[in-house]
Amino acid sequence: MLRRSIQAARMAAVLAAVLLSGAAHALTSAEATAMATGDTDDRVAAINQAVLSADAKTMAFFQALAGDTVKTTASHVYLMKDDKGYDPVTGAELKVPADAEDVVNNNLLRSTLDTAMAALQLASPDDKVRADAVQVLLNEPDESRLPLVEKALAAEQVPAIKARLERVRAASMLDSADRAHRLEAAATLADSSSPEVKLLLNERLAKEEDAGVKAALLAAVHSIDGRLVWGDRINAIFSGISLGSVLLLAALGLAITYGLMGVINMAHGELMMIGAYATYVVQGLFQRYLPEAWFGGYLVAAIPVAFLASALVGAVIERGVIRFLYGRPLETLLATWGISLMLQQLVRTVFGAQNVGVENPSWMSGGFTMLGNVALPWNRICIIIFAALVLAAMAWLIGRTRLGLFVRGVTQNRPIASCMGVNTARVDTYAFALGSGIAGLAGCALSQIGNVGPDLGQGYIVDSFMVVVLGGVGQLAGTVYAAMGLGILNKFLEGWTGAVLAKIAVLVFIIVFIQKRPQGIFAVKGRSAEA
Amino acid sequence: MSHPILPPKAPLLTRKGWGAFFAALIAVCALAPVLNLWVPEGSALHLSDYGVALVGKIMCYAIVALAMDLIWGYTGILSLGHGVFFALGGYVMGMYLMRQIGRDGNYKSDLPDFMVFLDWKTLPWHWALSDSFIATLVLVVAVPGVVAFVFGYFAFRSRIKGVYFSIITQAMTFAAMLLFFRNETGFGGNNGFTDFKRILGLPIATQGMRMTLFALTGCTLLGFFLFARWLVASKFGRVLQAIRDAETRVMFCGYNPLPYKLTIWVISAVMCGVAGALYVPQVGIINPGEMSTAASIEMAVWTAVGGRATLVGPILGAFLVNGAKSWLTVAAPEFWLYFLGALFIAVTLFLPDGVVGLWRRLARRKPTPVAAPLRESVAREAGQARSAPAVPAAQVTEAAR
Repeated sequence: MLRRSIQAARMAAVLAAVLLSGAAHALTSAEATAMATGDTDDRVAAINQAVLSADAKTMAFFQALAGDTVKTTASHVYLMKDDKGYDPVTGAELKVPADAEDVVNNNLLRSTLDTAMAALQLASPDDKVRADAVQVLLNEPDESRLPLVEKALAAEQVPAIKARLERVRAASMLDSADRAHRLEAAATLADSSSPEVKLLLNERLAKEEDAGVKAALLAAVHSIDGRLVWGDRINAIFSGISLGSVLLLAALGLAITYGLMGVINMAHGELMMIGAYATYVVQGLFQRYLPEAWFGGYLVAAIPVAFLASALVGAVIERGVIRFLYGRPLETLLATWGISLMLQQLVRTVFGAQNVGVENPSWMSGGFTMLGNVALPWNRICIIIFAALVLAAMAWLIGRTRLGLFVRGVTQNRPIASCMGVNTARVDTYAFALGSGIAGLAGCALSQIGNVGPDLGQGYIVDSFMVVVLGGVGQLAGTVYAAMGLGILNKFLEGWTGAVLAKIAVLVFIIVFIQKRPQGIFAVKGRSAEA
Repeated sequence: MSHPILPPKAPLLTRKGWGAFFAALIAVCALAPVLNLWVPEGSALHLSDYGVALVGKIMCYAIVALAMDLIWGYTGILSLGHGVFFALGGYVMGMYLMRQIGRDGNYKSDLPDFMVFLDWKTLPWHWALSDSFIATLVLVVAVPGVVAFVFGYFAFRSRIKGVYFSIITQAMTFAAMLLFFRNETGFGGNNGFTDFKRILGLPIATQGMRMTLFALTGCTLLGFFLFARWLVASKFGRVLQAIRDAETRVMFCGYNPLPYKLTIWVISAVMCGVAGALYVPQVGIINPGEMSTAASIEMAVWTAVGGRATLVGPILGAFLVNGAKSWLTVAAPEFWLYFLGALFIAVTLFLPDGVVGLWRRLARRKPTPVAAPLRESVAREAGQARSAPAVPAAQVTEAAR
């Protein structure tokens, strides 16, 4: 809803800009007819022609065409709005005859329309709209738009967009009949490091006949390749670390409840889901009750809320169910699975079965680009940092505080800890609540990079158990290595085999690995190994 | 060396047990067909086609629950991967049924529709045997059996047990589901197989064929029941229960648990495969959803609800849970998951021996409340001598859970 209205506002701004720039001449009804009827090639040509002399009405007509709200008869073109027809040129209301036909657009026409609209958006005063438009144009360069691009280039102030416009200009000249133009294009594009440009160059290379231009094109492709290789590697490592830190966040809570306490908590994923929904609720409260300027801060407020919400639910689960099942892991597994089903359904009842929208705060959207094809989104970077912070906090809590001491004591030898005066039942509850709270933090983080819905947790439960088992039960360091290792392995395999096969390969790898080392990467040595 | 004193072998079923068994056999093979085919539709005694389909489906699930009971209830190994074996059996049968469609598909091609859709020109290698019914019957047993053997051999050899085993079976299930969701794997992707037309050249959607499959499923279920009965009372079955209760001690006694666990694991998987093969022609569809991790865990709850380490229990459990499911998902769909979730919790907390255990507790309590624990301990001393099938339920020790 919000997005749509923003888009509408942007469109209005574009229209105003086009009007102010005083386009050469207005849309004529002959043009409109040519764009709406006839065979595809003619229509494409008509649309590309209309771009050069566009005004606000042309833009409106493009939008109507793209939105499938244009009808035609043999003599007339009608813009449909609320079941009424309007003349695209004069805007006067017309009576639509019953035999008027809908204009049908195929994919070629749609992409032509998109590029045509992007070309018009080059005049927009909004930097972001222009940047997006440039991106669209870069994918579909066409020599016919060269004048428009050059005009935009002359007016452009923002250096980054200007540089990209240069590339669009060069790309538009690639298919030029003039050899000098093609050479110039190859030279300009050689500086680029985007995969799209490489694709364009290769396309041209296949068609090119002039030996000199061919050599220039090849050189350009090579120079792009050199940059792309490094970019690809950095990308794979970065997304591997990013996936690894997501896995780590998902598994850290489990490392306490399963690794330390030995509780098979199949509802762990649902505790993450609760954290994500808590984030959603906090976002809603910020939107409704606080000034808009504060909205960016909702995430900071959501972190403790997510932690507490999940910790509370975790404590209730521990007191209500798990407490009775200590020492019976298989039954704990089934009971917590039951809890997970109920929590999922509860969320469906309260929030609906659809995914809910959690927006990134503005300081987390976007990212920075290096080497051309390496784009590091801020939200991913934030999650890596967040995972590191949570890990540090947990290590401190378990290793340095009194509560951590109790938890370790109780898990190592319950009767002795009890003899020392530790209230073991209470420690169990605290430890379980802590693990659940960390799951809530993971959910809060996940809400920033994925969909928030009732089955959010389901996707992570197998993964997080794999991480804990692989790392070695009860080993925090092992969990970290396992999460990072699996994340990076997964991403490298993904580049090689595709996402699904990579996932399957990783699962098979884990199954085989556990056969070899049933105790995980870091085995606990000593007599307690059998327990 | 003196011979170990073994209690006398109990009969396969008691007199009353045989009575009930034959009553069930008659109900499935004679009564149900009569009520469905010859009793007129308006009559109160008429068994509707919907009823036949439902009970037939649940009987397949009951076979799965029985298989689950052998591996979990009697051997103490909780598998969260039985859905895979069930689906494998189903897919083998589904491939045969897809080939039986012949040229009657939407694209009038020799190949199944989804292959035409993917623009494949020839059958992939793993479809080579799908034309033959005999080969299909062999594969229904062999495919789940071999997969289970390979997986089980490596898992049991490394002495993976308890929760570890459950978790890696779950990983296996998840991986298998992802694999079968891919179109390129050649099993119809996420749509799976459906729209079957014929089996053995006969149309599949007739009342007679449905009834035949129903009776066949019923007989298979009863046959597996007798087989399981014989198995758990045999020496082999006793070793299984000993492994469940104290695996280390069994090893100290000179037994190697590996072949025992592996055998029962493979048997259990094969039973699931057969159930899957019977399920597909009756339900008319098989897709990777059957391999989801949730489906496999649900199988465990059928067994748990009925009562582990009893043989009637799982069958009862499958009927109770699935009956409730088909009623609730229509009457109040939003409550089904609450109900199922609560069932998981309630059974583990309050009914460790399931419905059968509850029934026994109630039956025992009535006459002499004091004598019950005493009798139980006597039975334990005697090594499950008297009424062998009835006692083990009380003996699922804490360790097995």
